[in-house]
Amino acid sequence: MKQVRFWGTRGSLPVALTAAGVRRKVVAALRGASGRSFASDAEIGHYVDSLAFPAAATYGGHTSCVEIETGGPDFMLCDLGSGARPFGLSAMARRAGGAPQTFHVFMSHLHWDHIMGLPFFVPAFIPGNRVVIYGSHLELEAALRRQQEKPSFPVDFSIFGATMEFVHLEPGQPRDVAGVSVTTMLQRHGGDSYGYRFESRGRALVYSTDSEHPLAHAEHTDRFVEFFRDADLVIFDAMYSLADSISVKADWGHSSNVVGVELCQMAGARHLCLFHHEPVFDDDAIEALLAETRRLEEITRVDAPLRISAAYDGLEITL
Amino acid sequence: MQIATRQLADTALVGVVGRVDHRSAGQLEQALAPMMARVGSVRGAIVLDFSGVEYISSVGLRVLMVAGKQMRSQAASFAIAGLQPVVAEIFAISRFDRVLAVHADVPSALAQCSASALAAWQAAESPAGPSSPP
Repeated sequence: MKQVRFWGTRGSLPVALTAAGVRRKVVAALRGASGRSFASDAEIGHYVDSLAFPAAATYGGHTSCVEIETGGPDFMLCDLGSGARPFGLSAMARRAGGAPQTFHVFMSHLHWDHIMGLPFFVPAFIPGNRVVIYGSHLELEAALRRQQEKPSFPVDFSIFGATMEFVHLEPGQPRDVAGVSVTTMLQRHGGDSYGYRFESRGRALVYSTDSEHPLAHAEHTDRFVEFFRDADLVIFDAMYSLADSISVKADWGHSSNVVGVELCQMAGARHLCLFHHEPVFDDDAIEALLAETRRLEEITRVDAPLRISAAYDGLEITL
Repeated sequence: MQIATRQLADTALVGVVGRVDHRSAGQLEQALAPMMARVGSVRGAIVLDFSGVEYISSVGLRVLMVAGKQMRSQAASFAIAGLQPVVAEIFAISRFDRVLAVHADVPSALAQCSASALAAWQAAESPAGPSSPP
């Protein structure tokens, strides 16, 4: 595994930056540039790069979809949220000479925001391509077929020209996929979800979204600490504040930045990436969440520092 | 972690010292359980003196959330006082400062929860001691 690329990072449903939101960013950028002159586009670029992330960019965007670049010819993907649409187009653009492509897709669960991208996943329409969809839910295939049935969608699953395959993963039993060892673990979420641990060439990546952590159960915590153990990157559902996640939003199946930091610290993980952002959060709110999480890590640090990021559509992290 | 309790009129003042983390949170939960039953039955209050707490984890915060919820259900008061700066930051980041009554110090918390408990605390803390003549 070489790199992780985020195509969809928002929880529950896609969020678009509005015209008013863009205007606020432009106003802020122009205010910051007041009195300055730029001799070239490069200088403008340097200035834009100096702005805070919310002033010059956006977290997005699409629902869950994360690409794992293995260094091999096959594509690996976690979840088929709406981010699968831009990922599919990018994969097509990367196709060398029209050669068939193979996609290994790992599903955390079958809720709408994690499967809604499949009907718009262009590589699945291309004859010769192979799409292998892995998961631990017994109803995996049925759920994906059902979302394309009438009256929910006009184009039936049978329209796909690619070979569509489904593979059941038994939790706790590692499976080799394209040179990567893949292990799933049951998580607490309505209808169940599964976390993934990917290991290859001494690198470990954990994808743990839509996962609630019942804090009173020590054995649950121990299980996750072991699953996260020494991971180079943990992609973690940090949708709610800790207070919300154990009060008004208890049993909603999501977690917090605070629990993410604690689990990663206990596990000796190196990098925590906040993921599955609450759709009501704007860019400033997510940026503030990131700053607070970094501060929490700083004031609670015991051993080596834990790097903290907030995922955004387009973020690339080298493993 | 160390826990010491003083009864002030209708209020239990609970001094907590050390780390409230995954290892020790259960100890705090067990200490609070009988107190909540007793104080709650008379609609009194529990005030946690956190001035000696240097760290609290999510598991410890959950104990506070559960206790606060149970006290509210009994129309009793539950407050936390004297957060050290680091612990105050953890409360803010976790948003617990928005769901629990947090006060700068013990007298402020007592003033909010029970006038009789505040009077008892002031009498006990005065230089002359609680039994001195007026």
